[in-house]
Amino acid sequence: MTRERVIDALAEVYDPELDEPITRLGFVTSCEVSTDGDVEVVLRLPTPQCAPNFAFLMAADARKVVRRLPEVRDVTIKLEDHYTGDEINAAIGRGDGFTGAFPGETADDDLDALRELFLRKALIARESRLCETLLNAGAAPEEVAARRVEDLPDDVPDTRRCIELRRQLGLAHDPAAPAFVLPDGQPLAPDDIKRWLRTARLVRMSLEVNGGICRSLLQIRHGVEIEDPEEVLR
Amino acid sequence: MYEKNGDKYFVVDAHQHFWDASPDNWVKGQEQYAKGWIECFHAYMGLGPPETHWPLEKFMKYSEEDYVHDVFEEGHIDRGVLQSTYLKEWYTDGFNTAERNARMVEKFPDKLIVNGRFDPREGEPGLKQLEEDAKRYNLKGVKVYTAEWYKGSRGWKLTDPEAQMFLDKCKELGIKNIHAHKGPTIWPLDKDAFDMKDIDVAATSNPELNFIVEHVGLPRIEDFCFMATQEPNVYAGLAVVIGGLMHARPRFFNKVMGELLFWVGEDKMLFGSDYGIWEPKWQVEGFIDWTMPDTEEYSDYPHPTTETKKKIMGLNAAKLYDIEVPAELQLQNGGTPAAKEDAQLVESA
Repeated sequence: MTRERVIDALAEVYDPELDEPITRLGFVTSCEVSTDGDVEVVLRLPTPQCAPNFAFLMAADARKVVRRLPEVRDVTIKLEDHYTGDEINAAIGRGDGFTGAFPGETADDDLDALRELFLRKALIARESRLCETLLNAGAAPEEVAARRVEDLPDDVPDTRRCIELRRQLGLAHDPAAPAFVLPDGQPLAPDDIKRWLRTARLVRMSLEVNGGICRSLLQIRHGVEIEDPEEVLR
Repeated sequence: MYEKNGDKYFVVDAHQHFWDASPDNWVKGQEQYAKGWIECFHAYMGLGPPETHWPLEKFMKYSEEDYVHDVFEEGHIDRGVLQSTYLKEWYTDGFNTAERNARMVEKFPDKLIVNGRFDPREGEPGLKQLEEDAKRYNLKGVKVYTAEWYKGSRGWKLTDPEAQMFLDKCKELGIKNIHAHKGPTIWPLDKDAFDMKDIDVAATSNPELNFIVEHVGLPRIEDFCFMATQEPNVYAGLAVVIGGLMHARPRFFNKVMGELLFWVGEDKMLFGSDYGIWEPKWQVEGFIDWTMPDTEEYSDYPHPTTETKKKIMGLNAAKLYDIEVPAELQLQNGGTPAAKEDAQLVESA
């Protein structure tokens, strides 16, 4: 097992709030693989007060993707520099769910409702970017609404992610399914596109701005350079 | 008063602090939290221009002289609202108490206003304290920090039954401005910690009160905008928006301001420097100079006028806090700052 393969696996772990891989956000501090196949991954977030539920989800998902790799023996995930790091690390080490980390403070072991809420936001944001690209290229709203999943541009990260998000949300994502759907799976009607884009753009901006602030804070706190799709701190 | 290109602005800083986060004030056994909190704030300072950064030691406890210099002498601030955040589980004498703020107000009674605070988990003694504070400090507003840790609890909501008792007490005492700050930990822990549904409900149930959502609910600015279009008594506190984005992320700043102007409207937005996180000087000067770029990317957004900036920089807050504004600094076209009806205008946009 090589370190590169572990990092590749970690790239499948998304920050649920920002809809970006933790590897691209600079959340993976270190990743060590011993000759025997023991893996230790250290994670850090932009602030010690980042929400415990999202912190838990990322740590738990990291453990899951690394354990799936062949030839991996022990997996240790360590969240550092966080107010609830001790609780989260102990629970993840035991393979517990969220209630194991915070007994009495939650009744939701898998955080499914929280995850779903943000998957829907992510879908709105991603779809709106694809939709805007088509409209800017001159497509009429009727054309856009008639598009199928198979018509979406290949090899665009937003397309792949939209399909993945729809799969996770249990929404139709086969090639013949409508390309643009509301968060409940209903196809987007041509008359609603303009209005939908107005709100979708707000959701998208929110995700992007939060990602930007997180990157800036990590850069300031730890002096690390982080790949930044938008702008860099001047 | 700040003057630029012949235009004169009355500047009200609706969100500022005078804290003590120095090691002497850390609660024994809780040092990691006290230290972590102020170091995190200090990182935010890094989002401002480099020449305005302070060393951590000064940031932990700045002096009265620093405050007077940065806020009044250099910062163009006509009136300031000092907010109170206690965090007594981590800071022995509190992080930023009304008492500490009041010391500053005593020295500048014509320039400063102190806001109190409440925490519904304190029950009956908390209600009594709020009453005493209201009398002692002549409170017109309070700040509520829903993510504060208290005796094993990691947060509360404005919809908790006890919270309504405190809101009722505010009305009785003449406190009408509720500055709500959403922090990252709240009970139960499985919910979105930044969810603002409780502010929405409280704003509907308490139309006599104004709810100023600090840092516009970031990171949930979309939820904030949707709420603010429906609640005429919900306002956008711009602390963090200007300090955290205008310098570090100018493109995002344009977009956030554009969305706020579109959804919330210029009558519902209040400048707050968040001092000591950021000095007001560069924020005031930068905001007055700021324009929405005339490019396709921003063509859908309202473009701010001088009147827009006069309202945001001070006239809206002056209205909420009954601050008298000199005639020459009022709106010249007879417009009304902090107009609640603005929310309806957005719907027809």
